Amino acid sequence: MVTRTIENSQSFSWKRFFMQWEWMLILLIIAIFMMNSSISPYFLNYTSITDATMTFLDKAFIVFPMVMIMLMREIDISVGSTVALSSVVMATAYNAGLPMILALILCLAVGALCGFLNGFLLVKYRELSAVIVTLSTMILYRGIAYMILEDQSAGGFPTWFSFFGWGYVGTIPFIFILFIALAILFVLMQQKSVLGRQIYAIGSNPTAARFAGVKVDRIKLIVFTLAGVMAAITAIFLTARMGSTRPNVANMYELDVIAMVALGGISTAGGKGRMLGAVLAVFVIGYLQYGLGLINIPAQALLVIIGLLLIISVTITNLRVKKKL
Amino acid sequence: MKKHWFLQLVAVFLLALLVACGGDDETGGDDTGSDNSSNDNGTEESTDSGDEEQKRHAFVFKNTGNPYGEKQMEGFETAINETGGEAILRAPDQPTVEGQIQIIEELIAQQVDSISVAANDYDGLQPVLTKAMNQGIKVLSADSAVNGDSRMVHINQADPEAIGRTLVQAVTEMMENEGQFAILSATSQASNQNLWIEWMETELENEEYADVELVEVAYGDDLRDKSVSETEALLQSYPELKAIVAPTTVGIAAASKVITDKGLQGEVLVTGLGLPSEMAEYISNGVSPWMYLWNPIDVGYLTGYAANALAEEEITGEAGESFEAGDLEGSFEVTESDDGTEILLGEPFQFDPDNIDEWKDVY
Repeated sequence: MVTRTIENSQSFSWKRFFMQWEWMLILLIIAIFMMNSSISPYFLNYTSITDATMTFLDKAFIVFPMVMIMLMREIDISVGSTVALSSVVMATAYNAGLPMILALILCLAVGALCGFLNGFLLVKYRELSAVIVTLSTMILYRGIAYMILEDQSAGGFPTWFSFFGWGYVGTIPFIFILFIALAILFVLMQQKSVLGRQIYAIGSNPTAARFAGVKVDRIKLIVFTLAGVMAAITAIFLTARMGSTRPNVANMYELDVIAMVALGGISTAGGKGRMLGAVLAVFVIGYLQYGLGLINIPAQALLVIIGLLLIISVTITNLRVKKKL
Repeated sequence: MKKHWFLQLVAVFLLALLVACGGDDETGGDDTGSDNSSNDNGTEESTDSGDEEQKRHAFVFKNTGNPYGEKQMEGFETAINETGGEAILRAPDQPTVEGQIQIIEELIAQQVDSISVAANDYDGLQPVLTKAMNQGIKVLSADSAVNGDSRMVHINQADPEAIGRTLVQAVTEMMENEGQFAILSATSQASNQNLWIEWMETELENEEYADVELVEVAYGDDLRDKSVSETEALLQSYPELKAIVAPTTVGIAAASKVITDKGLQGEVLVTGLGLPSEMAEYISNGVSPWMYLWNPIDVGYLTGYAANALAEEEITGEAGESFEAGDLEGSFEVTESDDGTEILLGEPFQFDPDNIDEWKDVY
C-alpha cells in the first residue's frame, strides 16, 4: 500500500509506462506468434490457435490465486494434489450414483476444503513455513486420492460433461471465455480492491500490515481457500478433457503454475508484480510449448528452453526490483 | 533504467534465436525430404513446403528416456522410411495422459496421416483420439492399448495369454514349485501389464502350483527409483521371498540391481520381460537365470507397416484383413480381441546365458 501511493504520486511518464514487464510479455507473445508461424505452416489458423489455447488453459486457473499467495511471500505446492483429490472424489461420487451436478459441487467443496486446511494450518501455526505445510498436504491429498481409487481410473461421465473440456460457445472455446472472465475479475480484484491492496501490504511487510489493522490471517485463509477452489475448477476441466481420471493426474502441476507466476514478474520476495503479468505469462508459456510441439521438438529440449526462459525472466524482474529499492 | 530496457530486448532476441536454432536442427538437418528413397537421416525433415505427397506417420510413446520405447520408435522409423513416408517420434517427459493429449493435439494440428500411441491410460485418450479419427487421421495403439472405441487397430507384441502363462511357468520352475514370489509391474493403469498379470493369476489357479504363492503386485511406475524402492520394500515385507517377476524392462533391471547390490544372488531370483542390453550383466551373474522379451524393434516395425497399410487404405482395421510387413516373415492378420481388433507379432522369446551375448549388442 505504501509503495503504491508513492508510485501514484509520481507524475505519469510514457517512458515509465512502456517499461513495465507486461509489455515485455506482450512482445514475447508477438515474438512467439511470429516464430511459430514461421517454423510451422500449421500454426497460423483459427482452429490451431483455439486448439492450442484449450490445451494449456486448464492449469492456468490456479495462476490467479497463486499470484495472490506469492505476493504475500507464501507459496502453495499442494495445488496439483488438490486437483487430483477433487477430481477423484468427483468421479467416485458420480460412479457411486450421485447426480453429476452434485458431483461437480462436491468437487468444488473438496477443493475449497483442501485449500482451507492449508490456510488454517498456516494461520494457526505461524512458525511453520508455507513450503512445509503445503508439502505435507501435497503428500496427504495425493495419498487420499490413491486410497480412494487404488491405482485405478474412473470415468464414464455423462456426455454433456465433456463440454467443459472440449466445448465451444459459437466458435470460441468455453474454457477461454471463462478464463478471460475470471482474469478480468482477478486483475480488478488484485489491483483495485481493498483486499488486493491489503495483499500487497502484507507482502511488503507483514508485521507493519498487521499493525496497520490489516486482517492478515483472515486474508490468508481466504486466499488459500480460493486456491483450492481454483484447483477444483482445474480438476473439472482436466477430467472432462480426459473423460476419466486417475490418482496420478495433474502430477507436478504446481511447478508449471509457479513457473507461470514467476515469468509473470511476481517477485519471490513478495509485494511486487501484477496479476496481468501472470495472465500474459500463461499465454507465453502455452503458445511457446505448442509451437515447439508443432515442429516436434523432443520433450527434453522443451524443458531446457522453458527453463532458460524462466532464468532469464526471473533474473530481469529481480534486477528491476533491486533497482527500484 | 535504460540499460535494463536493452537487457530485456536482448533477452527476447536471444530466446527467439535459441528457439529458431533449435527448430533448424530439428527440421533442417538434411534436405532430402522430396527424395523418397532416402533412408537414414532424411526422416526428420518435415514437408514444410507441403507440395510433396509424402505420408507422415507419428508414434507417441509413454515417456522419454525409456530404452524400450526408443527401440520401438527406431523400428517404427525404419518401417516408415521403407514405405517412403516421414516418421515423427514423440513422447512426453512424464508418463502421463495429459502429456500425451497435448502431443496428440499438436499432431492433429499438423494433419499427420496416422498416429500410433503406446498409451499411459486405457480410457484417458479417448476424446482426443476420437477427434483425430474424425479428422481422417488413422489411429493405432501399439504395445499398451487404448480402448476399442479410441483406435482402429491395436498392435500386440505377443499373445497376452502366452506371456502370462510363460512367466508363471518360468518362475515356478526357478522356485522348484514352492514358495513365495511377487510381481513388480509398471503403472497400475498400464493395460498390457494388467492383462499379463491377469493371465498369470489364471495360470496360478492350476493345481500343480498349490505350493506357490503370489504375495503382492507392486507398482514401480516404470521409474527406476520407484522400482528400486518397491523392490526393497518387497524384500523387507517378505523375508521368505524366492522370486520377483517384473514384466517391465525398467522394473526387471531395477529389481536385478537391488538383488545384486544386496548380495542376494541365488536367494531371490528375478525373471520377467527385459532388455538384453540392460540385463546381460544380471543374466551372467545368475540373478536372473533367464527372461523373456519380444523384439521391441519388431513391434515398432510392425506398427509402422500397419500405420502405412491403414493410410494407404490397404486395410481398415476390420478383423479378417491381412497385410505384409516388410522384412517380417509371412503376412499379418487382423483379429478380434477382447475390445476391438488387434494384430499379433508373435511368441515371447527366451534370453538365457547361452544367447544373451549375441543379443546384448542388438538392443
